[in-house]
Amino acid sequence: MRLDLFVSHYNYWVVIFLMMVGFYILISRGNLIKKIVGLNVFQTAVFMLYISMGKITGGTPPILVNPKGAGEGHNGAEAGPNGAEAGLGGTEALQEPAAEVVYSNPLPHVLILTAIVVGIATTSLGLALAVRIKEAYGTMEEDEINRIEAETEAAE
Amino acid sequence: MSIVVDIVLFTLLGATGFALLKVRNLFAVVMLAGIYSLLSAGLFTVMDAVDVAFTEAAVGAGISTVLFLGALALAGHHEHRPGHTPLLPLVVVVVTGGALVYGTMDMPGFGHPENPVHHHVADHYLEESYDEIGIPNVVTSVLASYRGYDTMGETTVVFAAAVGVMLLLSGARRARSRASPAEGGESAGGPERPRNDSAAGAGKGDE
Repeated sequence: MRLDLFVSHYNYWVVIFLMMVGFYILISRGNLIKKIVGLNVFQTAVFMLYISMGKITGGTPPILVNPKGAGEGHNGAEAGPNGAEAGLGGTEALQEPAAEVVYSNPLPHVLILTAIVVGIATTSLGLALAVRIKEAYGTMEEDEINRIEAETEAAE
Repeated sequence: MSIVVDIVLFTLLGATGFALLKVRNLFAVVMLAGIYSLLSAGLFTVMDAVDVAFTEAAVGAGISTVLFLGALALAGHHEHRPGHTPLLPLVVVVVTGGALVYGTMDMPGFGHPENPVHHHVADHYLEESYDEIGIPNVVTSVLASYRGYDTMGETTVVFAAAVGVMLLLSGARRARSRASPAEGGESAGGPERPRNDSAAGAGKGDE
């Protein structure tokens, strides 16, 4: 029972550990590039949470094995509780080795594909800001930037 | 079998995450982040998300590493030691993590076909998308057709980010060329090196 819980929730726990590592880097480190790395770690952990939820044990990637047979009805195969198999059970469809193929859920994959691309856009913008700050202040450490700001205000 | 691969990869990923926290040389941090992305690409493959896996391998382990290296070339690669022990962040992180772990106790187990996420609309795409769109890869047909407007919005985001990067970096060059005749280049890097760097940065914006 314990081992069962461990196996079925291990993904989520490692994902949460990674999220917290990224979050910790983000709020405790002063270097701007390190902060962006932390943000990336957090982000990839969220991706893994979504993909973990979409996985079905024993499933295959959601690329239709026999697309011609799809959509011709489910008359042969009994719909499993998930109902996630394509309609391979048509009598005129080719007899694949397994009459029903279980596909993992494609919708989290689509969401995460979009998120990866938006993530790289955010990262590049953040890095450009960091480089610009380095140009203006000569440093990328948060505390030094704050000190320089304070000195500039005091001088004015 | 695949659950064993899954657990081993996740453990390696956790170790990489911990190393990322500890290492202070930013060059090593960027390399570890590349390893992290590659391991997660492997995990995505194990978890049947092949499209996500190759996007992560190309974008996360490839382009993002190149971007980080470019930024390091511009900005130096040593992180200062924090002056104080960050106790408050540690408390915040432990409390948040504890709450999240408590939340997972109610989540359905990994990989069960009865999980609620697999009901509702997912079946429709798996069963009908070939007849409606004509592409065997369900992920592609959802991404490019059912959610085409969303993908267009995503492209807009990427375009906006590229414009932002180019504006920021060309603004830096303009500020420097304005400052250098008057003050003689007050930046520590010297006038020669930053000019190369902003050329590299402009290339970066094209992605």
